[in-house]
Amino acid sequence: MFDLTGKCALVTGASGGIGGEIARALHAAGATVGLSGTRGAPLEALAAELGERAFVLPCNLSDPEAVSALPKQAIAAMGAVDILVNNAGINRDNLIMRMSDEDWQSVIDVNLTATFKLCKGVLRGMMKARWGRIVNISSIVGATGNPGQGNYAASKAGMIGMSKSLAFEVASRGITVNAVAPGFIETAMTDKLNDEQKTGILGQIPSGRMGSAQEIAAAVLYLASPEAGYVTGSTLHVNGGMAML
Amino acid sequence: MSDIPDRVRKIVVEHLGVEEDKVTESASFIDDLGADSLDTVELVMAFEEEFGIEIPDDAAETIQTFGDAVKFIKEAS
Repeated sequence: MFDLTGKCALVTGASGGIGGEIARALHAAGATVGLSGTRGAPLEALAAELGERAFVLPCNLSDPEAVSALPKQAIAAMGAVDILVNNAGINRDNLIMRMSDEDWQSVIDVNLTATFKLCKGVLRGMMKARWGRIVNISSIVGATGNPGQGNYAASKAGMIGMSKSLAFEVASRGITVNAVAPGFIETAMTDKLNDEQKTGILGQIPSGRMGSAQEIAAAVLYLASPEAGYVTGSTLHVNGGMAML
Repeated sequence: MSDIPDRVRKIVVEHLGVEEDKVTESASFIDDLGADSLDTVELVMAFEEEFGIEIPDDAAETIQTFGDAVKFIKEAS
């Protein structure tokens, strides 16, 4: 099950906690992986760890030209992009009443606009191949909202709406488009929370614990697999029961 | 150059699975030849590859008929 031998996967945000685990999971299933991110050193370290079938593709997703170039670079390095995982994301948390236009725009640009542009950039090859998998990493807050995260929640809800629309458009060509919506996962992003915030959050999670990056990666692996060919336009919530959607 | 209409017709016939004689000068891909909007995107992709040209999105939207395609490709190649 879930054999990705011969498939090429581009993973954005691969220098981060969740992205790195996604790349490891796809690679372990046999895929060639393109590791994209802004920080070169962690990408190089991950590529060295994975060994063969791993390519480092640095890209700053807040730079529109770099975003447009990334699919071409990935195809040049790997020969194709059969699987795209839009995992990269940033947050600039603040109450809406205190949020600057810049903090709104930068989060929308990286999380939503770059996702759109990367989807568009890889679709040509997927259409010709009559096979493709796009997995967009959304968030529980895209469905529930979260105070202080108006920009982030909007971008993550936007990813879901875009995924569903694209899923409609390309389903007849063997391409699936799905979202994974993590709840609270142990990463650098959630490490920034103080103990009081963490205790408060854990009280809302029926599982009573934070999730791991591996548990997100497993959901992505499933959606990227040939076995998930009949699953499209869906959002897979991986949140320990925090929101049962 | 002179074989452009034949090459375009061949792509349309193969891609849309229509009879060759249906692909007339004024035949609309969507209204007459049964294409959906995604088919027209794929046709443009096929034209780009066959003729080694790039058809920008705004130009692609103006290519509605077989005649439009032939005209555009003649001018572009």
